[in-house]
Amino acid sequence: MAQNPARTGWLKPAVFSTALLPLAWLIWRIAANDLGPDPVQELAISTGEWTLRFLLITLTLTPLRQLSGQVAFVRVRRMVGLFTLFYAAAHFVVWLSLLLGFRWYAIGEELLERPYISIGFLALLILIALGVTSPRAMVRRMGKNWKRLHRLIYLAAILAIVHLTWILRTDLSEAVLYGSILALLFGYRLWRRFGRFRKL
Amino acid sequence: MLIKKPSDILPSEITPERIYRRRREFMRDSAALLAGGAMLPALALAQQGDALKAAAPSGLTRTPPAAWWQDKFEDIRPAPSEEPLYTAEALTPYQDVTRYNNFYEFGMDKSDPSNRSSAFRTDPWSIEISGEVAKPGNYHLEDILKPHALEERVYRLRCVEAWSMVIPWIGFPLADLIKQFEPTSRARYVEFETIIQSDTMPGVRSPFAIVDWPYREGLRMDEAMNELAFLAVGLYGSFLPAQNGAPIRLVVPWKYGFKSIKSIVRMNFRETQPNTTWNDLQANEYGFYANVNPEVHHPRWRQDMERRLPQTLFSRRVIPTRIFNGYGEQVAHLYRDMDLARYY
Repeated sequence: MAQNPARTGWLKPAVFSTALLPLAWLIWRIAANDLGPDPVQELAISTGEWTLRFLLITLTLTPLRQLSGQVAFVRVRRMVGLFTLFYAAAHFVVWLSLLLGFRWYAIGEELLERPYISIGFLALLILIALGVTSPRAMVRRMGKNWKRLHRLIYLAAILAIVHLTWILRTDLSEAVLYGSILALLFGYRLWRRFGRFRKL
Repeated sequence: MLIKKPSDILPSEITPERIYRRRREFMRDSAALLAGGAMLPALALAQQGDALKAAAPSGLTRTPPAAWWQDKFEDIRPAPSEEPLYTAEALTPYQDVTRYNNFYEFGMDKSDPSNRSSAFRTDPWSIEISGEVAKPGNYHLEDILKPHALEERVYRLRCVEAWSMVIPWIGFPLADLIKQFEPTSRARYVEFETIIQSDTMPGVRSPFAIVDWPYREGLRMDEAMNELAFLAVGLYGSFLPAQNGAPIRLVVPWKYGFKSIKSIVRMNFRETQPNTTWNDLQANEYGFYANVNPEVHHPRWRQDMERRLPQTLFSRRVIPTRIFNGYGEQVAHLYRDMDLARYY
């Protein structure tokens, strides 16, 4: 990949700092005591939502590149993907420390007995595997297998939607919203892979 | 009967320091309010609230739903100073009780009910009484409340989502209301229904709602007649805000919060166990009885502990949950021969 630092030098710092905004906002709310009477729950919900949003943004970058021809979109893909892992880790840490208070017996029980938690945890494991294999050196070393492994992001996205749907209690609007975006992204990929050839 | 030797000063003449201080604050605040030409009803409430365990925060100006409510709130019997009708545990502040709510008709977020309920109409209000009673009919709320003196009760509220609050309610025993309609011997259950006010309730209009509105709850007759079962029309010495179930709601402190149905428009007395909203939605998660019980596993939330609200990140109070939410002495006998793991 040929890069022109003069043209793209600003890109990564800009995306990096933008991706930190949700974190900054959360820290601000913590400092301002603005998380309401149940701050732990609020942090868990908020970090979870941002994980899902970053996951969907990651999946939007390749289509955007293909549709617009702008290489910039894929240049920041790894970074956005790693931010997904970052917010997922924050989500996990909030759950582990603040909600369960590191009571290890409880953690084991929760993981085994609550399917929505097992599913969320599985999605996290996938994100960790993708994060660990994201450095350029790993990409080179793994060759074809890298792509195979990284297709698991689609599974992680589905698991994340299931995780969310399972938590919702009376109204599925949120799951429908995020689920439709994911369906659109899947639809685009399927259309690109199969649909176009039929037309030719 | 104990006969006490009267002392020089009657206990009632001694003003506890807490109340004395509150009076000072009240006088200071009312001077400020008067200077600002504030509303008189709020002042009247603050004044009578002095005798209560918990008055509305000073400066709170809530207008009554209708003029007659004002009279009703003039004379409220304060909570006694001991369990079970009172608890000395720290009260959850007014702003948390009124801004952290589950009232899904207004939305899913805890802040939705307080943010989106300002258009909700509570006057005129009537309750339909039907089924196995001698006096069925459609009663205006004013007539329903007329024979009942209001009293204060400070109860713990344990939500199935593993958080809890301590709330000073204003209301009257459910048993007193039920007797008013003279249930027949065939009345073994009482079923409650929440209003549907589609134009003011965004959650009801949502195309992706999975609840079959109206919200429905029920109690077995002996549960309903228990001294702890309460109908609340206010909290913190003032009228219920919409988000807390205005104008009238149930409070059953030994059961998970979702049993305490809000904004009641119908009470139906029946021979068979009624369907209830959460039980219909997810029977393996929410039983008909829904008694607070740390031993009974819930698929979604741990029930052995609870987060007592309000919390901050740096002072998080997590306390063990007690069976029947600590009201076992009053209610355990209702379930003597029942397998609580089966009838959860």
